[in-house]
Amino acid sequence: MKDQMIGSSVRRVDHEAKVTGRAQYLADMKFPGVCCGKILRSPIAHGRIRGMDASAALRVPGVLAVVTRDDFLNNSRIDPYYGPVFKDQSIVALDKVRFMGDPVAGVAAVTESAAEEALAAIQVDYEELPAVFDVLEARREGAPLVHEIIRVPPHGFEDLAGLRPKESSNICTHFQLTRGDVERGFAESDHVFEDVFTLPDTQHSSLEAHAVVAWVEPGGRIVVWSTTQNPFVIRTQLSNIFRVPVSQVRVLVPYIGGGYGGKLYPKLEPLAVALALKAQRPVRIVLSREEVFLTITKHAAHIRIKTGVKNDGTLWGRECEVLLDTGAYAEIGPRVAKKSGYTAAGPYRIPHVKINSYCMYTHKPPAGAFRGFGVSQSAWACESQMDIIAAALKMDPLELRLKNAYEEGDTFATGETLTNVGLTDCIKRAARAVGWGDRRPRNSSSPLARGKGLACLIKATITPSLSSALVKMNEDGSVNVYTGTIEVGQGSETVLSQIVAEELGLTMEQVRVAPMDTDVVPYDLTTSSSRSTFHMGKAMQLACQDLKGQLRELASQLYKVPKDQVRVEDGKVTIPDASLSYREILCTRFGMSGGNLVGQGVVKTSMLSPTGEKSTSAFWFLGAGAAEVEVDRETGRVRVLKYASAADVGKAIHPLGCRQQLEGAAVTGVGQTFFEQMVFDNGQLINPNFIDYVLPSLLDVPEVIESLMVEVPHPEGPFGAKGIGETGLIPVAPAIANAIYDAVGVRIKDLPITPEKIFMALQAQREGTTLEDR
Amino acid sequence: MSRFITLSVNEVSRRVEVEPRETLLEVIRDHLGLTGAKLGCDIQVCGACTLLVSGKPVSSCSFLAVDADGCEVTSIEGLSCNGRLHRLQEAFIETGGLQCGFCTPGFILTAKALLDEQPHPSEEQIKKYMAGNLCRCGCYQEILDAIQKVAGRRAVQNG
Repeated sequence: MKDQMIGSSVRRVDHEAKVTGRAQYLADMKFPGVCCGKILRSPIAHGRIRGMDASAALRVPGVLAVVTRDDFLNNSRIDPYYGPVFKDQSIVALDKVRFMGDPVAGVAAVTESAAEEALAAIQVDYEELPAVFDVLEARREGAPLVHEIIRVPPHGFEDLAGLRPKESSNICTHFQLTRGDVERGFAESDHVFEDVFTLPDTQHSSLEAHAVVAWVEPGGRIVVWSTTQNPFVIRTQLSNIFRVPVSQVRVLVPYIGGGYGGKLYPKLEPLAVALALKAQRPVRIVLSREEVFLTITKHAAHIRIKTGVKNDGTLWGRECEVLLDTGAYAEIGPRVAKKSGYTAAGPYRIPHVKINSYCMYTHKPPAGAFRGFGVSQSAWACESQMDIIAAALKMDPLELRLKNAYEEGDTFATGETLTNVGLTDCIKRAARAVGWGDRRPRNSSSPLARGKGLACLIKATITPSLSSALVKMNEDGSVNVYTGTIEVGQGSETVLSQIVAEELGLTMEQVRVAPMDTDVVPYDLTTSSSRSTFHMGKAMQLACQDLKGQLRELASQLYKVPKDQVRVEDGKVTIPDASLSYREILCTRFGMSGGNLVGQGVVKTSMLSPTGEKSTSAFWFLGAGAAEVEVDRETGRVRVLKYASAADVGKAIHPLGCRQQLEGAAVTGVGQTFFEQMVFDNGQLINPNFIDYVLPSLLDVPEVIESLMVEVPHPEGPFGAKGIGETGLIPVAPAIANAIYDAVGVRIKDLPITPEKIFMALQAQREGTTLEDR
Repeated sequence: MSRFITLSVNEVSRRVEVEPRETLLEVIRDHLGLTGAKLGCDIQVCGACTLLVSGKPVSSCSFLAVDADGCEVTSIEGLSCNGRLHRLQEAFIETGGLQCGFCTPGFILTAKALLDEQPHPSEEQIKKYMAGNLCRCGCYQEILDAIQKVAGRRAVQNG
């Protein structure tokens, strides 16, 4: 059994509950006495609140509480401002509204209809102000300001220390990275390319909408059930808002119906607690689909990229300006901009690099984390331009990438050394999977043209960060494990159980992951950034090793043998003349069938590597994607015949889970490539539903998706594993765009790539003009 | 305003008092406590709320409960029998046709309706029939594998 646990696609521990409909998501759970919470939202994009009258709402039968700014002005018991980086959000709007959909008031009522009636009875007097809806407008001198003042919390994230809003501007943060002298790099280059690429706002579209149930116990303790991916961040933020110790805030999380980054950081929790405090009842808020679109999005981006290249294809200088539209509130945008900036020059050795990455405020719904976290934006530009360069130099795009791609021991743009880098293997394997180099004869009479394209990536994980785990051994040798990692569908419960089972020599049935409750499980920073297998998996492994150390110590004492003669392996404790089960050790220790041993494991990563070198990322995600497409020249329609996704997984602990992550990311990538786009008309989102905002179905996905796992083990990962949750999404759009160029010779620089855009570009190509001329 | 309707839910007869505006999804989830069917998009696009009414898949978020009066309704809870999983449920687990699981009950019920109608569907037929169910985790290839696996097994059984 031992040999098969790691690297074996064991039956997932959550799947039987999910296929039978018995898995409980938050909206499925019953809470005695729960009432319905609803949110009044701003009908304008930018305005000052002159006055508000909620008295009629309170008179609606069944209404238990109404929360407006009046509850927070001059209330020293609540600090209404919050936010993961800057305190620029408030429980409800206090002075201004900053996007169409900004929460203005909350209502709790015994029925949904009473709550809705009450919302309609709240009178708000707005003084409408001019607004900005894109990053270029927002940057212009004299543009309307989204925020006049921004509150910076005293204890922010360590990796974002030093980032500050630029006063009297819409620049939320500005990240710079310079290596060498980019102007010299361009002067020394034989060719210089400059292009602009854009991506629209998109939405995570988890099928499960955000939900929360909150109540306040007599004595003031706050209890919150939430669909959150980072309960400990919620706990900290609620503790700050309601001015209670973190021990007085309890956050619980059931199974989550998809996160993809959209369920990180406070969403509904602060308002739900404020309503519960006033209503003195549990309050449930479940968002409608339209509200989900107004709650969090993926950053739209405008990216200018300029690259100097030698005649032989050596990249010599690259300058990137990344403008990310973070909407009305910073949320985690500053980190998105920073991550986007770090790798904006791509996974290549370039001696001269200059990057300016801006997180910009606009009057749109807040943007935050989305699988790919800034890198799917910058890679769209960088990886598309790689093929523009290859075409100009008449070089094979594969050869151009391999010539410049990071290899083991190369120096990253920050000056640090890259180790455990399986990038070129990923690129080669993805290319091979689509038959790179095999050309099909082109049938000139057919409107269908085929082409192939590649893209690759490097991305950092959040560093520094912290994960802790507990493993509690029971009297029969089975264990309960305690983790703050959230099962969002990625398979964390299974992978963590596999690691524990392997380390302690147990079966999967003997390992049980405890429900997520901040009162019970030890601290974990977040379930995001593809970090859980690496960080929490390692913490679990360390907790098991701690436990094994205790067993060794106990056996040595109880059976009077030197410690170095006690071995704990294969689920047994071996001493010179006997082999003992865990059950026997515990029974002897406690003199009865009962008692526990508890092992603890902690992983804290640092911005300094063990050798004292700067460390931007505890590990790097490396990967590549390759697409083969068929483009219909008459209609502009594209079929993806094959997509190959290669990732350096370090070690595939659960290969099927890895495959699902890579394929699933590819499917989301296909949606974002071809049709996903939030459309705004003067700040109003006009497609907040799944008819007008289209998600990929079985009819839209590539005919074949092949997942390729490269295993370059990481010395600090559990059994060598690295994270891969985001890797598969990042290269999809540029790989497909490059394949379209290969097929029909048109270059689309603005996502999504609709048939209309291809059709127009083909028409321009026939007329000898470029798309920009038209 | 409210009235009584009779439904056979997973082969058990249930008499329920409903408001005319209540959807079948609300009745199944809130009155009968069967929460396998989920509210996803609320406009019959995503398929998370799929139930079988007289054997046909319906988006119960947009189907009035009163219109199901007298009908047989099958929810995901009615598929496994005596603790044994239905072969579609087993196949979804084996091939990995789910991750977060929110869409899964809907997918499995639609797949059941497909195979009841057409025991040996072609790949194209499966894709078209299943296009009204969305999986944001993107397990489509595995879902297709799962359905084909069950269809294939049936082909063998049927000789």
